[in-house]
Amino acid sequence: MMETLLDAFPTLALLAWEPPGWGANLMRGLGNSLQIALGAYALGLLIGTFGAFGKLHGGPVTRDLLAIYTTVVRAVPELVLILILYFAVTDLVNQGMVAMGYARVQVSGVAAGIAVLGVVQGAYSVEVIRGAIMAVPAGQLEAAKAMGMPPLKTAWRITLPLMLSNAIPGLANLWLIATKDTALLAIVGFAELTLQTRQAASSTKAFLTFFLAAGILYLLVTLLSGVIFGRIEKWARRGQRNHGAGQ
Amino acid sequence: MITQANQTQADTRPEAIHIEGLHKSFGNLEVLKGVNLTARQGDVVAIIGGSGSGKSTMLRCINFLETPTSGRIVIGGEEVALRPDGQPANRKQIEHLRQSLGMVFQQFNLWSHKTVLENLIEVPVHVLGTPKAQAIARAQTLLARVGLSEKADVYPAFMSGGQQQRAAIARALAIEPRAMLFDEPTSALDPELVGEVLGVIRDLAAEGRTMILVTHEMKFAREVASHVIYLHNGVIEEEGPPETLFGNPQSERLKQFLQTVG
Repeated sequence: MMETLLDAFPTLALLAWEPPGWGANLMRGLGNSLQIALGAYALGLLIGTFGAFGKLHGGPVTRDLLAIYTTVVRAVPELVLILILYFAVTDLVNQGMVAMGYARVQVSGVAAGIAVLGVVQGAYSVEVIRGAIMAVPAGQLEAAKAMGMPPLKTAWRITLPLMLSNAIPGLANLWLIATKDTALLAIVGFAELTLQTRQAASSTKAFLTFFLAAGILYLLVTLLSGVIFGRIEKWARRGQRNHGAGQ
Repeated sequence: MITQANQTQADTRPEAIHIEGLHKSFGNLEVLKGVNLTARQGDVVAIIGGSGSGKSTMLRCINFLETPTSGRIVIGGEEVALRPDGQPANRKQIEHLRQSLGMVFQQFNLWSHKTVLENLIEVPVHVLGTPKAQAIARAQTLLARVGLSEKADVYPAFMSGGQQQRAAIARALAIEPRAMLFDEPTSALDPELVGEVLGVIRDLAAEGRTMILVTHEMKFAREVASHVIYLHNGVIEEEGPPETLFGNPQSERLKQFLQTVG
């Protein structure tokens, strides 16, 4: 079986794990992509949760600052933001370091990638979570208030779990976008899956094989994510008569 | 207009809830135009009136779900400190007072992501600091009282409206309140489910609980209330013991109102 397949498509041998195969490189790229996606998603959720509460309950200054953040970040193409944040911000940090008498620092690709994509994810998360919070039945929040539950406790024990079922579909979308936005980091030379694929493809000229392989890897990530988010959504919808179609 | 008709001077039971000169405006609309209410321990005060009369607003001012525009509110002898603009001065004090008032809503408002038992122990365990085992034991006793022992592990959405409202009453009782506030507890129920909820409230009245009850159920108000207030356009038009108010209404408006609601 394997033999006939290799006879028909000899370039498949290039996907082997050991050199001259490029399999290990691709998997390393996938690992880097997932690492950045996970980090950026977590940072985005953190920004999104606090940002959403800030937009809903914050003072006028907080609300204005958050409005500027979500508007600007969502208005500018991700690629441009990555270039701005990666090069301009690193440069700014280093100028500051030099001015204060320290040596220039080398920002790690992973940290920069997580920070940049996290800021982008955060801007979208704020809106997803804000909408989900607004859809929480007001009566259930009033019940907590009427029994003397302090606001922070209400947010943690009532609002967050109730908004989660509303937010999961939107947040699942954001996760899938995060996994694919990592490909944009190729532009700053970060060795994620797309860059590894491009290098392998241009070295071997087997473009179709490598880009198909990368496409399949992205698809597998998406399918697995669908299963996981389906489970989370089912859990978040406990107590609801309509468990939703899930993914 | 009859005010404080049956207020005997000899009554020495402590005051659970005392409201004086309560005003509430929403923008330019004045909903409450200076109302008074005194509920002593064991009193069942029924507030009746047409829609828009301000009766729900009056109830919701007692635990500051609505912030009064002006007036005095004293709960269990403790006066709520208000800033000059009418806002409560001290959030902690409001939270503390709310923990002594069990509120039952028209729409039940049980927490949908928690089972009935979890609903009952939520505030005792996570706000009042009751040990969990003790809270669960007390919750089970309360569920047995409202006839929902088998529903402890069921989510609210899978119960009838009557069952949900009985669970909501048990949840309010679980914080061991000084008084119960009922905001039209049967208005959202199918007619055949009203009886089971009224039965639970009747039992609470019989055991001497202090209760303020906003209701459209005139027969029920007449039966359980010790004092009835008729609100019209934000003013107490008439009040007194139920026999007098229902049996021999004085004002034209109340006579008309009682005729229309039959």
